[in-house]
Amino acid sequence: MSLAEDRAIDRSKLTVSDEVAIQITNMNKWYGEFHVLRDINLTVNRGERIVIAGPSGSGKSTMIRCINRLEEHQQGKIIVDGTELTSDLKNIDKIRSEVGMCFQHFNLFPHLTILENCTLAPMWVRKTPKREAEEIAMHFLEKVKIPDQAHKYPGMLSGGQQQRVAIARSLCMKPRIMLFDEPTSALDPEMIKEVLDTMIELAEEGMTMLCVTHEMGFARQVANRVIFMDQGQIVEQNEPEEFFNNPKSERTKLFLSQILGH
Amino acid sequence: MSHSTQSLAYVRKEMIEQQPAPRSQVGFTRWARENLFSGWFNTLLTLVSLFVIYKMLAATLPWVFGGVWNAESLDQCRTILNERYGDTHYACWAVIRERWNQLLYGFYPESQYWRANLAFVLMLASLAPVLFDKLPRKMLYLTMAFPFLLVWLVWGGTIWGVLSVAVGFVLAGVAFKIVDRFGSMALSAIAAVVVAVVWWLFIGPSVVDGLNSVAPLGHLQEVQSRDLGGFMICVIIGISGIALSLPIGIVLALGRQSDLFIVKTICVGFIEFIRGVPLITLLFTASLLLNYFLPPGTTFDLTLRVIIMVTLFSSAYMAEVIRGGLAALPKGQYEAADALGLDYWKSQRLIIMPQALKISIPGIVNTFIGLFKDTTLVMFIGIYDMLGLSNAIRANAAWNGIYWELFIFIGLVFWICCFAMSRYSQWLERKLRTDHR
Repeated sequence: MSLAEDRAIDRSKLTVSDEVAIQITNMNKWYGEFHVLRDINLTVNRGERIVIAGPSGSGKSTMIRCINRLEEHQQGKIIVDGTELTSDLKNIDKIRSEVGMCFQHFNLFPHLTILENCTLAPMWVRKTPKREAEEIAMHFLEKVKIPDQAHKYPGMLSGGQQQRVAIARSLCMKPRIMLFDEPTSALDPEMIKEVLDTMIELAEEGMTMLCVTHEMGFARQVANRVIFMDQGQIVEQNEPEEFFNNPKSERTKLFLSQILGH
Repeated sequence: MSHSTQSLAYVRKEMIEQQPAPRSQVGFTRWARENLFSGWFNTLLTLVSLFVIYKMLAATLPWVFGGVWNAESLDQCRTILNERYGDTHYACWAVIRERWNQLLYGFYPESQYWRANLAFVLMLASLAPVLFDKLPRKMLYLTMAFPFLLVWLVWGGTIWGVLSVAVGFVLAGVAFKIVDRFGSMALSAIAAVVVAVVWWLFIGPSVVDGLNSVAPLGHLQEVQSRDLGGFMICVIIGISGIALSLPIGIVLALGRQSDLFIVKTICVGFIEFIRGVPLITLLFTASLLLNYFLPPGTTFDLTLRVIIMVTLFSSAYMAEVIRGGLAALPKGQYEAADALGLDYWKSQRLIIMPQALKISIPGIVNTFIGLFKDTTLVMFIGIYDMLGLSNAIRANAAWNGIYWELFIFIGLVFWICCFAMSRYSQWLERKLRTDHR
């Protein structure tokens, strides 16, 4: 899937600062006896757009889910925005409110309208007054181009629209980091583009992003770094050009030949 | 090749608009033709069924509508029927007319019926805002005050007794708020309970006694629990049980899923114990055994004991019903709530419970209906509910031998209440359906 045709991205807008946003050192995680993440080391600077690729079961999703503690790590350190993730619930909630996340299956709240989905967290976590929260929500719904659906329920929207609402819902918390866990994997080809366009816009505004995705066109265009994972480890990371044109490890070459081969 | 390609090629010039279905394919005639008279065998079945229905109605309708409403005893009833129709066995509804007040109020003093009626009207008014969210939210204040009004109106006495109970709740809330600022949630919960119990057991009673002697405000004639009965006791026990078992059930369901070992063990143990014991056993415990365990001299109202037992019983069932709803929720909902930074209680309250309860509505209402009907079991521990009264009425020489009319009446009263609950739950389910799958 390529986007280059109709959505040219201005790479000069994409800047990376020296400030560290996320630092993961020697992180290990087990599911029971199974060693899912093995010695992960990763430093993400503010403004970076990182695409994480790899075969299924390689631990990509688990890794980004550790960043907002949806999964617990057993060894090593994760520091997000200067706060270390421990079992301290206050820290966890603080980090979660700073880090937005979009899921493969959107996970909108089906019993709330689109607008209520977006205002819920600002009102209950940030204590924003209702009117102000609604203004913020409408602002971001306009940004993802669905303000007219604000009073519908998630079930009435298409997959692409739902995912854009999910992005808007995260943005309403004014996060400094966005995590995307295969945001387009559950979508029809026609809808993938509208979601990717939204993500590109976000990148242009300087959002720090970590995306687990199979959209290699998106990786080429938007990412400043591509990470390849296999068997719970980071196997290779590089700038997109180098990564795609000149992969170093055999495992990466095999993966790329399979994913780009057809 | 080119020939076959040409015959395959097709381009639609215009899209077809939606069109109505043909006349003969809709409506009642079509339904009747398809379902009732679709072949010789089905036609035969339809005719036979119609005949059976006719026979049944022909047998019962005259019995029901030919019944006697004005008589003072069963014998008088029979005499009237004989005069009117000859030798027939039509219904004798007169018993319901004669004993109407007793069936409704039990042995409640007749001069005080207005209190029961007022409490009933207030109950409907305070249920309304809970059932229909279109009504003004301010009505919920009445809902909160109603339990205290109910106790004051039905049992009588001055208002100080119930006010003291209310004060206990307020103090518990205050204690919770204060401790919550310094300590953990568990600590503040314990503080709240301790403060409330201390007030209710030690400070409250003497304050109430003092106030009663100084200013017996709003004094109503006192009525003992043993005088309550009939439909009234069903409603009191049923509504209290329903209102209390839902929140307790929610807490138990959450506790059962808790990561905290002690909380989880207590909840599982409670649920499994209560579900493993027949309700009637618990009721006997409430009426007979509980006094052995309480300190001598304590008077613990029988109705209150029954309400507690019925509540505990159905809250165990409720917990399992709600656990089913929780299990049906996709894991993504928990994760999305977590990822937005909502803490446990907020995500339960705003995201998880609204959806889990919605899924569990049929099961919850099922439990409610079961609870309401189970209130008739109190007749076995000497409370005269409607069923118990029907025995008492038959014990009177005037009505000895009358069964059907009383049982039909009691059944009808229960059926109306339960059917109303069922219809409400269906309406609620339709109203809350937002997924449009």
